[in-house]
Amino acid sequence: MAEQKVPETNKKRQISQSYWSLVWWKFKKNKLAIVGGILIILFYSICGLFAEFFAPYTLDYQSDYLEARPQPVVFKDEEGNFSLRPAVYGLEEKIDQTLRKRFYEVNRTKIYPIYFFVKAEPYKLLGFIPTDIHLFGTDPADPEAHVFLFGTDRLGRDLFSRIIYGGRLSLLIGLLGQILTFTLGMVMGAISGYYGGVTDVIVQRMTEFVGAFPDIPLFMALAAAIPVTWSPILVYFMLTLILVFIRWGGLARQVRGLILSLREREYVLAARSFGASDARLMFRHLLPGTLSHCIVIATLMIPGMILSETALSWLGLGLRPPLTSWGVLLQEVSSVRSIRFAPWLLTTVPFVLLAVLSFNMLGDGLRDAMDPYGGR
Amino acid sequence: MSEPLIEVKDLKVQFNVRDGIIHAVDGATFTINRGQTLGIIGESGCGKSVTAKAILRMVPRPGKVTGGEILYHRRIKSNGSEITDIVNITELDPDGEEIRKIRGGEIGMIFQEPMSSLTPVYTAGSHIGEAVGLHRLVPIRKVGAQMVETIQAHRRISKQEAREIAIDMLRRVGIPKPEQRVDAYPHQLSGGQRQRVMIAIALSCEPKMLIADEPTTALDVSIEAQILDIMRELQETVDMAIMFITHNLGVVAEMAEEICVMYMGKIVERASAVEIFYEPQHPYTRALLKSIPHVGKKSRERLASIKGMVPDPFNLPSGCVFHPRCPEYMPGKCDRIVPSWTQVGENHWARCLLYEGV
Amino acid sequence: MLAYIARRLGYILIMLVLVSFVSFLIIELPPGDYLTQKLQELQARGDRSAEMRIAEYRARYGLDKPLLERYWIWSTHFIKGDFGDSFEFERPVTEIIGQRAGMSAILAISTITLTWLLAIPIGVYSATHQYSIGDQITTIVTFIGLGMPGFLLALIVLFFAMTVLGQEVGGLFSREFQDAPWSFAKVVDLLKHLWIPAFIGAVTGTASLIRIMRGNLLDTLGQPFVEAARARGLKERTVIWKHAVRVAINPLIVILGSEALPQIIAGNALVATVLNLPTLGPVYVRALQVQDMYLAGTVLVFIVGMTMIGNLLADLTLAALDPRIRLE
Repeated sequence: MAEQKVPETNKKRQISQSYWSLVWWKFKKNKLAIVGGILIILFYSICGLFAEFFAPYTLDYQSDYLEARPQPVVFKDEEGNFSLRPAVYGLEEKIDQTLRKRFYEVNRTKIYPIYFFVKAEPYKLLGFIPTDIHLFGTDPADPEAHVFLFGTDRLGRDLFSRIIYGGRLSLLIGLLGQILTFTLGMVMGAISGYYGGVTDVIVQRMTEFVGAFPDIPLFMALAAAIPVTWSPILVYFMLTLILVFIRWGGLARQVRGLILSLREREYVLAARSFGASDARLMFRHLLPGTLSHCIVIATLMIPGMILSETALSWLGLGLRPPLTSWGVLLQEVSSVRSIRFAPWLLTTVPFVLLAVLSFNMLGDGLRDAMDPYGGR
Repeated sequence: MSEPLIEVKDLKVQFNVRDGIIHAVDGATFTINRGQTLGIIGESGCGKSVTAKAILRMVPRPGKVTGGEILYHRRIKSNGSEITDIVNITELDPDGEEIRKIRGGEIGMIFQEPMSSLTPVYTAGSHIGEAVGLHRLVPIRKVGAQMVETIQAHRRISKQEAREIAIDMLRRVGIPKPEQRVDAYPHQLSGGQRQRVMIAIALSCEPKMLIADEPTTALDVSIEAQILDIMRELQETVDMAIMFITHNLGVVAEMAEEICVMYMGKIVERASAVEIFYEPQHPYTRALLKSIPHVGKKSRERLASIKGMVPDPFNLPSGCVFHPRCPEYMPGKCDRIVPSWTQVGENHWARCLLYEGV
Repeated sequence: MLAYIARRLGYILIMLVLVSFVSFLIIELPPGDYLTQKLQELQARGDRSAEMRIAEYRARYGLDKPLLERYWIWSTHFIKGDFGDSFEFERPVTEIIGQRAGMSAILAISTITLTWLLAIPIGVYSATHQYSIGDQITTIVTFIGLGMPGFLLALIVLFFAMTVLGQEVGGLFSREFQDAPWSFAKVVDLLKHLWIPAFIGAVTGTASLIRIMRGNLLDTLGQPFVEAARARGLKERTVIWKHAVRVAINPLIVILGSEALPQIIAGNALVATVLNLPTLGPVYVRALQVQDMYLAGTVLVFIVGMTMIGNLLADLTLAALDPRIRLE
């Protein structure tokens, strides 16, 4: 439809802006993408940078309340009157005689007010600022008081705090893994596409071979191969590397395809005819051309990374305690028994989904914004 | 014999897009007579294709016909005599049976991009067969019936017959070895051959009119000449009107008897081809004609071009839409008064204040 | 054509040899093996004869031989259809796979059928009614579906079935039919259980298919041949299904080919593990967890083989459906 295209070209002629400011202008109009981006920033700052501050308890703090249900939040003071200060009801231990199982009931007579910026266990903010202030918590003077917004696990650890800490490793593996994948994929794809010949054949065969294995089964097999005896940190890095190893091929193939088509474009031929060096052609003309495409793909790949970690750890093939990630937290609900008796342990699931959804929303918005043809 | 076939009266088509409303066609009025060729010329984006699509009730979303009417004079045989039935196309259901009988069956259309106008997974023959199967009916003759009467019963065409028709049509549009090419897939045909196939499809149902929307724009000059020849030859044999849309003045001079000049959704001048070329009245038509290169012109002389740019369709100029680019711009008039459709000669109309005596 | 297929099959064969060796290596990689674990377990239980028994096992399975020799023995037997023994189940791998392959296939086929029956019409609707309310709802739902991994969805379904419906979900048969011979009642019971994993698979599978179908069809609908078909007087439905969808669906054939066949073997192993289904997926997961190497290796080789055969079949189908594609 020639008729419809007219306004578009006119507009572009009138407002001549750089590509990136156009991208930003278009991205801003996409509400979902903005929400996704904000959520991601929140996730990474809450879980990644300031987990110690936002979590009321430390990672390994074990309370006496084992598998306690979440405490409902109310706006009442200790006498039971309405108050702006939120508070939680206390918990009372009961024994179920038929199941011979201990469980907790909400005790509405006990009310623990929640205080903000309370002094609790000391930690180092960002790893070097010593402090003991947490966003919220119960009265430090009252040893009885406790707040378990999402309940506790088998060892009496606060699930809310653990989800925040768990997010750190899960989100980081997505980011770290993706940065490595991105770099490796770009470099290998560019080399393969630019030089062609033997290099290209070797890179191609490598990606093809890795690609012949379906993702998840290969991933499981490789993860299972990590020795149990390794230190948790080493396991963490190995797992990240495995993720990168499996994923880089797809990106490399795309970059190669783009480079191949860009290499024949007039502006590249022109640059070459001026005597531009290989490196200059590559970094000045070719790679920038693939960048926006790759950023979009990379963003959309992060959720897959996070989910892979979660799934593997959940199966017991990935991260293992004492490391805490979302997948490790989900290990606790791999049995039907725990879903029945401690369903609140599933609270981790919405967080995983929200993080994944945020990345998808952001990636989709980026794709729309970076698509030079305006698209649908 | 100038019996009207299509009458377009004050046609208005709008596109409601996010940034506003585009008046793609704004008050177009013209008539196409039986067997006649009408040329429509204008720059790209002036609304010529939309006008053509409106005739087939095929204006793409978010476009909408918002005013005017398109009258189709259909001849039907009834009790041995011919009567003319007038159908207002703008009132038909866009996916109704009525318009679908007209599309392809009574008005055929060929498009600008022959490269992608054929469905890639079907052969040339099956395209023709599809159209023929839809629109061509064979009268059933009862063996032994003595009465010579118009037989009302019809049946659909068989596969074998459709194939024969397809081969015959391909031969008529000048495709070599039609018996083999009938089974060729679009990607096995050249651009010129594909456009021939498109013509074969459009003509296979013996339409009363052919809408040709820039049929040769995407083709080489030599192929273009061949395609135009074929269209003219076939027009003579089947008595068919042609609505020929193009931005190429040379082509339209060769094909059309009457010409409409469009600018920004409006028809600015209408006259016979001869008058348009020798006595153009509207400044836009004159400017267009000046911009074609002539043999014999001094090579040092620069070709005239129309000054300025096509205006933003969301911010059309006031008054006459052409005034910011017009060499005969009359300040105080052209930017205030919208020119009306004025007769400037016998069968010669223009939309310009120069002739309104304002 | 035949030469092409022969070439592809040859390529698959070479890949399978490589893949089997790499699989063997990967599974062999971790220090210790199933038997060392078993030994520790037995010793912990105070079994005095543990070491002797394990040594006997080791000799029987040839585990005392060097790696390459073991691979050679395994692979030569593999060709003959003997995939070795599973340590965990203490039965031949062939038997385990044979037992579960049927159920895996039934589950995979029903999931794939459900997925396609849902995805294609929804995708077509979404593209032909772009920006309508239906399209927008579809977009949001597919968005959530894209981000929803099957095993988490399975956990959620499990939770709801238990708390809301008060029903035990999991497995493919009720207890009374577990070992019963096939009967009409057993089939009904199977269907009652089957829809949950099929539904979960379909929810996660349809989302991406709908997105792809919608995108492809939108591209196709913008092509001139669609308008040309409409100008020929075809019904809108014919224009869309016979011309636009017919062209837009081709790329999806590749997805079907490369996903359907391997799915029969390992069909969403994670979901199957959550729901405790008697399919091959959970067996593979379990085999990896305990280093039951012959079992894990065999399944992995099968998955890869199926993927490659699926790809070949997809390419052949595509070539048959799309005249523009030539095999070379």
